[in-house]
Amino acid sequence: MKPMINPLRLSRRSFTGMAFAALAAFGAPAHAQETVKIGLIASLSGPSSKSGEAITRGMLLAIEEINAAGGVLGKPLELVRRDDEANPGKGLTAARELIQREGVAVLFGGLQTPVSLAIVPYVNQIKVPFMGPWAAGTPITKNGAAENYVFRVSAVDEMVDIALVERAISVHGAKNPGMMLINNPWGESNEKGLTAALADKGLPTAGIERVEANDIDVVPQLTRLKDAGADTIFMVANVGPSAQVMKSLERMGWDVPVVSHWGPAGGRFSELAGPRASSVEMIQTFTFSGNDSKKAADTFVALQKLFPEIKSAADVTPAVGIANAYDAMHLTALAIANAGSLDGPAIRDGYHAITSYDGLIKSYVTPFTPDDQDALGAEDYVFTRFIDGEIIPIK
Amino acid sequence: MIASTLISGLALGSMYGLMALGFHITYAVSKTVNFSQGSSMMFGAVMGYTFTVTLGWPVWLAIPAALLCCAALGLVVERFLVRPFVARGSDAWLMATVAGGIVLDNVILFTFGKEPRSFPSPLAENAVDVFGTGAYPLQLIIPVVGLGIAFALALITSKTRLGKSMLAAVQRPEAARLAGINTRAVIAASFAISAVFAGVAGLLIAPLFNVSAGMGVVFGIKAFAAAILGGISSAWGVMLAGLLYGCVEAVTTAYLGSSYTQIVSFSMVILVLVTVPNGLFGRAEIKKV
Repeated sequence: MKPMINPLRLSRRSFTGMAFAALAAFGAPAHAQETVKIGLIASLSGPSSKSGEAITRGMLLAIEEINAAGGVLGKPLELVRRDDEANPGKGLTAARELIQREGVAVLFGGLQTPVSLAIVPYVNQIKVPFMGPWAAGTPITKNGAAENYVFRVSAVDEMVDIALVERAISVHGAKNPGMMLINNPWGESNEKGLTAALADKGLPTAGIERVEANDIDVVPQLTRLKDAGADTIFMVANVGPSAQVMKSLERMGWDVPVVSHWGPAGGRFSELAGPRASSVEMIQTFTFSGNDSKKAADTFVALQKLFPEIKSAADVTPAVGIANAYDAMHLTALAIANAGSLDGPAIRDGYHAITSYDGLIKSYVTPFTPDDQDALGAEDYVFTRFIDGEIIPIK
Repeated sequence: MIASTLISGLALGSMYGLMALGFHITYAVSKTVNFSQGSSMMFGAVMGYTFTVTLGWPVWLAIPAALLCCAALGLVVERFLVRPFVARGSDAWLMATVAGGIVLDNVILFTFGKEPRSFPSPLAENAVDVFGTGAYPLQLIIPVVGLGIAFALALITSKTRLGKSMLAAVQRPEAARLAGINTRAVIAASFAISAVFAGVAGLLIAPLFNVSAGMGVVFGIKAFAAAILGGISSAWGVMLAGLLYGCVEAVTTAYLGSSYTQIVSFSMVILVLVTVPNGLFGRAEIKKV
């Protein structure tokens, strides 16, 4: 069975949907529909749109496999997408619309931490599970809610930060690293994580500098770090600002190791960042390149079948988006099957009841518990470089 | 550190100044501005990219063509988003130009594509050493172009027939009309020139940054801040204010840290407006009662 996707729903279905919306408001059961709808909120436009597309591909491939095996609770899964344009306000509005009007059973999304953080309080209040296949902000899953509906199959900042610090020390012998962080909650989340990880190792920081999403020239910030004697730079920013950091470094002629969170993975980093793009060491949870697992090879073939435009591994960049979303979708199907209904609290318990799943990133064993709703940990990270548009693992 | 800071500040600042000149010129002639200057800037860069990279035109043809597109855009903005409202004595052109910019950004998003693209330029490939710091030749050229255009504008308004008609249209619209000056055409021309200035800024900044539908938004806001800071009625005032704004941004970042950049630069705008309401170089308007 082909996966269904409804990006705008400007169809006859949507007209009928609207006509029946009033009826639904008068007590018709919210989930009385022929399919089990899964919502996705991500950047489908703008600099991070490639990441949004990757998540979509991963989900659609998993949905096709699940539907081919009979769907869940006897119904096929249907993906309903909305573009948040990387804007927290738009993300929250889309979350409300998907949950209240479309009646999605589980909401996926949040490519950017600020968008996810805007949605988290709402899903916890309305008790609908929210699955994060990308945004890594620590407080997304560790949000302090008594009954937490937020799950994640992705990196987690505080663990990523430990890995970044370890790499800077072991590979580059860092003694006085500096930070270049995006000026938003994601940058803030990593400032805490990196500061804690450095303190753990007894290392000082040469400085903490911020880059804005639209900064053209980052030389003043980098000059501060250089003057403070920074010997390595931790970079936490999305594609656009990361590219500006690398261009500014190139202009300054400052050859300093850059150990980065996975922000650059979300787009045309090689093209935008110029000659220094390939020097960035970037953390990932998964790559198809250099991956010898059979599941990875099979999944790649299945992806090519579903999306004929995929010719090589360079066409599935960023693979993390695909892999995280693919595993998250399969885990979600298991959770719904465990729940036996589309009731939010039951699905939440369903996630906790998953004992094992042989996924694309790894074999999961009890991936979610009420105390830890993050399925991936520090042991699942790999370091990579962007070479000619392809993300290649490095030692 | 001071050399690299000033190079960054002057390059960015002259772009703010150039776009602020665009605000100035329409304001001087018609007391209206095109609030979608940021979109005009983006349009210049996108058309430049399309002509040079997508269509492979030579630069000597592509750049004038991109600027011609900007001029046409300026004429469209004046004709459809400003003139109808001004004719009715309404201030709705303010919202109409903002809306026009958003429409253009989104049209470009659909046609040009969602992803930012890199705009190659031989002037932004190899850094040269300037006072011990690296800079792309383009960064050194940008302030020269910005100040050159400001100088040319000053010459045109004082020496040429077009400039004099512009001044006449501002000072005595009725008398200018009686003297045979087509004030309507003068106003339309000012919008075209305004958009061309923004287009020049877009073409110059694109190789240092990237080309995308949303690239002009923040620039438009900062350029307007520079226009207000300098006093929108003074051509040299807005240019100098642009340079000042760019340098304050760069110096704040370099010496206080990037966390304070926006706080300091926008506080400066507020502070100047409180103490000198007409901007640093603007003149108070005489209100006839």
